[in-house]
Amino acid sequence: MTSRFVAFTSLGRRALPNQWDFIALAVVVAAFVAVAKGSVGMTAPLTAPVTADLSLDYANLPYYALRTTLRMFAALSASLVFTFTYATLAAKSRRAEMVLIPLLDVLQSVPVLGFLSFTVTFFLGLFPGSTMGAELAAIFAIFTSQAWNMAFSFYQSLRTVPRDLEEVAEGYHFSPWQKFWQLEAPFAMPSLIWNMMMSMSGGWFFVVASEAISVGDTTIKLPGIGSYLALAIDAKRIDAVLAAVGVVVLVILAYDQFLFRPIVAFAAKFRVELSAGQTQEESWVRQLFLRTRFLRALVTTPARILDRIALLRLDMPHSEGLRLRWSGQAVTRIQDAIWFIAIAAMVGYSLYQVFEFVSEKLSLGDLRETVILTTYTMIRVFVLIVFASLFWVPISIFIGLRPRLAEKVQPMAQFLAAFPANVLFPIAVVLVVKFSLNPDIWLSGLIVFGTQWYIVFNVIGGAMAFPNDLREASVNYGIKGKYWWKDVILPAVFPYYVTGALTASGGSWNAAIVAEYVKWGDDKVAAHGIGAYIAQATEAGDYPKIVLGVAVMSIFVILFNRLLWRPLFALGERRLRIN
Amino acid sequence: MLDRPEGALLELINVSQTYTKGSGERDSLVLDNVSLTLKSGEIVGLLGRSGCGKSTLLRIVAGLVTPSKGEVSYLGARVRGPVQGVAMVFQSFALFPWLSVLDNVEIGLRTKGVPAEEARRRALAAIDTIGLDGFESAFPKELSGGMRQRVGFARGLVVEPNILLMDEPFSALDVLTAETLRTDLLDLWVEGRMPTNSILMVTHNIEEAVLMCDRIVVLSSNPGRIAAEMKVDLPHPRNRLDPEFRQLVDKIYALMTKRPAPERDGVFPGLGLGMALPHISTNTLAGMIEEVAAPPYNGKADLPALADSLNMEIDDLFPVAETLQLLRFAEVMEGDIKLTPAGLKFSDADIDARKKTFADHLLAYVPLAARIRRVLDERPSHRAPATRFQSELEDYMSEDRAEDTLKGVITWGRYGELFAFDEGSQTFSLENPGGE
Repeated sequence: MTSRFVAFTSLGRRALPNQWDFIALAVVVAAFVAVAKGSVGMTAPLTAPVTADLSLDYANLPYYALRTTLRMFAALSASLVFTFTYATLAAKSRRAEMVLIPLLDVLQSVPVLGFLSFTVTFFLGLFPGSTMGAELAAIFAIFTSQAWNMAFSFYQSLRTVPRDLEEVAEGYHFSPWQKFWQLEAPFAMPSLIWNMMMSMSGGWFFVVASEAISVGDTTIKLPGIGSYLALAIDAKRIDAVLAAVGVVVLVILAYDQFLFRPIVAFAAKFRVELSAGQTQEESWVRQLFLRTRFLRALVTTPARILDRIALLRLDMPHSEGLRLRWSGQAVTRIQDAIWFIAIAAMVGYSLYQVFEFVSEKLSLGDLRETVILTTYTMIRVFVLIVFASLFWVPISIFIGLRPRLAEKVQPMAQFLAAFPANVLFPIAVVLVVKFSLNPDIWLSGLIVFGTQWYIVFNVIGGAMAFPNDLREASVNYGIKGKYWWKDVILPAVFPYYVTGALTASGGSWNAAIVAEYVKWGDDKVAAHGIGAYIAQATEAGDYPKIVLGVAVMSIFVILFNRLLWRPLFALGERRLRIN
Repeated sequence: MLDRPEGALLELINVSQTYTKGSGERDSLVLDNVSLTLKSGEIVGLLGRSGCGKSTLLRIVAGLVTPSKGEVSYLGARVRGPVQGVAMVFQSFALFPWLSVLDNVEIGLRTKGVPAEEARRRALAAIDTIGLDGFESAFPKELSGGMRQRVGFARGLVVEPNILLMDEPFSALDVLTAETLRTDLLDLWVEGRMPTNSILMVTHNIEEAVLMCDRIVVLSSNPGRIAAEMKVDLPHPRNRLDPEFRQLVDKIYALMTKRPAPERDGVFPGLGLGMALPHISTNTLAGMIEEVAAPPYNGKADLPALADSLNMEIDDLFPVAETLQLLRFAEVMEGDIKLTPAGLKFSDADIDARKKTFADHLLAYVPLAARIRRVLDERPSHRAPATRFQSELEDYMSEDRAEDTLKGVITWGRYGELFAFDEGSQTFSLENPGGE
């Protein structure tokens, strides 16, 4: 099976944050500040009307679905380009690696939805008065939800290319370009594709949130499923909400069948394994292409052209001589020194920017408030992951130990993880308002609503992988009840559980921004938490508060990942991995 | 027959290779002053045990590794980077799993810009030569080890290299497959159907070296130095049972088990506490003692014969024999292993007596084990973290080797019940779970 592992930067690194994490955080926050400052300056373009004429007519849904899907794929392409360049640079250059990887870690921990408002204003500023800016902003929002784990997975693969294959590439004189396409990219393919699928799932959540967004007085609505849904919520049309949900289901199923299954089946050959795999991924679409002559002809020509491009040498002139001449130790030290000074200057400037911006508008009281609110959200995320685990782990184990059942349930859980749970949030508002429930408690459920499925399918996978001989041994020695749970099955699924719970917790932080502040028409329900704080600040166009909220939340997420999940993951890998 | 140019194809002059440790303070020497000339028309074998740097030497020849000192020249020109005209065959085959057999063979030509049709024609010819007909469209994972290595050979030969380098090409194969491949390769070589001028192969298999090579270069370990060089003039095909063949094998065995230089007190590199220990299971040690004690050996065995009957390569056999020597359960000399009285006693004892004897010998002859025990005895808590000994060892050796040494001593100490070790907390202690 493909490794069921979402690439999390935090896991590949040391537990305690170091100076590089600090630097990365400073740079990221400074970037927000820069964008926020810039957008405060641009007042005119923001008033430009970018709201398309949208209607709740069902007949429009296919067209909206198409637009949304195209946006998703545009973002996915951008993520791929980013992955190939960013990760390659990080893997090939020691100096770049020192900065790029902590940066990736911070970016992966930043609640993407939090800085939606910055990017929207930024892109609108680039294309005043045109919908192009809004389109790019939406695509960028989706991109930020997809790119980081893909890039990190690619980086990890590049770092683990088998040495002997690397020597073949060198010994047979592959140029760097050829080595990339003949060795590195194929080797990274299985894990990259898995991460692409996960990214695509995550992307739905953001597409719904990013197509219709209000920043201060500006409201942007792009034609798409997300806007349709927002409109339906404003108009309190439950039937339209359900129709949108139905279309989302269809689209997700379609791209799974037409895109990912063929790709997974195709990518099976890139797995580095010693014997032919037991599991054979099937895809009827791929079979169709392979067996139908004119369809096959359709793909052979592009394939041949790509093949040619991959075999180009594209040698850098004289690069070798240069490298030899410059590789003296003293020279390396000097270059390092220059590099460090450059970084220090950049960080100093970043910190100054952040300090100036924040101190101008905010007080220590604001900081205290955000820390308290983030603590509330953290407790919420933690408690709900615990609840979801207590509920789902036993059920998932039950399912996973029954292969026939698991085969049917597993894809369903994966589908549910891809389903953007935020389309269902309005229904929660209706209930909270109707029964006047306490939002601090009842909105919390939404945080794990969409992410709990990661726990389900990972644990099912773990239970399915439980070796038969261990099963027989525990039956043979009469290990039952409490001992069976404590000493047999829970340790066996633990590494899988941690992977799932980690993914779920990452998603939940993001979901908090949408889940703690929910609307249904004019009814608004807010819980106490940093998510609601950011969402409300976004609505009010209060940039300093957004920057502060996002920064504090990012710091919490990083610490949460490092201090809770990473040690658990290491424990699972070291002690409990069954090989 | 190909035109084989006269004179030296490749020359290594006083090549040394040091490997810088993580901390950068102490460099460890992998290769020390190695000079080697490769001429046209010969098969040269680099024979040595693991850790003698023979694979590093091969990579220096290929231009994959730049030596820290010394010079490498190919056809008179200094080598800087991967050499054109040298192709390598790997122990692990190193085939691209996503390419078919044909694509794997073609890839070396395609990346050089050879036109598609010509690459195809030449690849098919190489596949035909090496006996892979019919497997062109198969993927490596569908093939057996032997077939995979044939692909490795075809990939090497298709570029018509001046020198073919082989890094233990048969050691990942089972005995029968390896023999077939060796014979097929030798046939091609003798018949002049190999499009290559010379072969340099690395091996740790003495018989293989004598069977295939025209010249054998024996490397000593830690650091790698040339210990001996000998010509093999026997005509092909060589017969393993030929007395001359046997004599040569025995001679090399004796050469490789020569008593260590007198300045050392053990058989392993390093002195006292700084002795690098192999990680060998106590079951293997006990098994070896029993094997040598039992008939037909009755306490004294010829190492080549023992290697044959146990089907062990020298890389497995020598460390075991030398550990027994270190623990004074056996003596190794002139290609023979002889049990000491203690070794004979061990073979007759029951489990508890064996453990007791083993513990005594461990304390007496392995300074590291004695040191760990003494520290534990002295401390009131009777506990000590592994990092303490690890860093002590790192004063003498590389981090990896220190780790291996510690692992070895943990296994032995546990068996002898000298101390306990907790994997989770990485601490040594005198606790005996459930006992005493």
